[in-house]
Amino acid sequence: MGTEPGRLQFFWVSSAESTKFVKVVTEVTHAIKALGPNKTLVKTMPKVAEDVELH
Amino acid sequence: MLSYIDKIKEISTRLLKECQVEMVIGFRKGTVPMMNEPHFAKSAEDVQKFVWDSNCGINLCNYLTNRREKIGILAKGCDSRNIVTHIIENKIKRDQIVIIGVPCKGMIDRHKIEAMFDTEIEAVSEADGQINIKGDGVDKTIDKKDVLQQNCTICTHRNPVIYDELAADLVQEQTDVDKYEDVRRIEDMTPPEKWGYFEDLLSTCIRCYACRNACPLCYCPTCFVDESQPQWVGKSQDPTDIRTFHFLRAYHCAGRCTDCGACERACPMGIKVRILTKKLEKDCFELFDWESGLTLEKRPPLDTYRPDDPDGFIK
Repeated sequence: MGTEPGRLQFFWVSSAESTKFVKVVTEVTHAIKALGPNKTLVKTMPKVAEDVELH
Repeated sequence: MLSYIDKIKEISTRLLKECQVEMVIGFRKGTVPMMNEPHFAKSAEDVQKFVWDSNCGINLCNYLTNRREKIGILAKGCDSRNIVTHIIENKIKRDQIVIIGVPCKGMIDRHKIEAMFDTEIEAVSEADGQINIKGDGVDKTIDKKDVLQQNCTICTHRNPVIYDELAADLVQEQTDVDKYEDVRRIEDMTPPEKWGYFEDLLSTCIRCYACRNACPLCYCPTCFVDESQPQWVGKSQDPTDIRTFHFLRAYHCAGRCTDCGACERACPMGIKVRILTKKLEKDCFELFDWESGLTLEKRPPLDTYRPDDPDGFIK
């Protein structure tokens, strides 16, 4: 739908593959950090307090 | 297609008289032009209200879900494919329904016609492949093929795939159509272009859920958008929530959608929502060699597992 490549990744990891799990998590974390903060599909909450003028 | 109606009435009357069915589901004239509405005929008098023309685009299979009685139903090619899907998904039993097949030559797109005129359209009639449109100061005749619903122009299953009675002779199927030209165009875009495309596509959505309600596949007792505990998706008009709704709904139709066009037809804003389901339809065809609703013999790709299922996206 237009998210950057690499932002979403799929892996097969069996429950017996603990070392692979650690490896995958580390790799993905590094890769995603390199991409920087996500800009797509982010919901911005409406600013309520700032817009209301108090009298 | 106008000539079908006598045969439709004859079959319906016979089915009701012989008590083969308790009701026949078809169409009657709507209160506004180009909007024929579903009609549930339970007696010979009711049958007289039936109409058949190029405004019967609603998917009648939508009214079969979880019914218990014996029902006769008119089915165009797409409706019949959804009936097959309904039977596969245990939403209706095959021996409960008498399918009156209606070979279809395409339905007209009211959005296209409405967009052609500034004034309100008061009457639309058709004859010999021509559509006549009348309104305040408007009296115009156009070719039906120019105002067909887009899914009808690329349809390759005009004839019902399953039927007990036929309202007319089978029509010639279209071959040599490029179904996925628009999908490929989007697939070729860069991620930011894609993001912008969908942002633009869905920008007018008012979250009325007409697309969902018109869809015969959307029969969940509680839809994920209505669920509040847990709340899967925000209920606001935020573009993120709108996008989540449309993409998730499309995914729920993967391997099931027959591209009947009911969603797009129902949309009051004229959003081309089919582009999302078409992508999944294309994937199912290319990856699993699957076209939904063609046979009762095979299980759909999403409820079967094969060791050779394509999984190139998983590392």
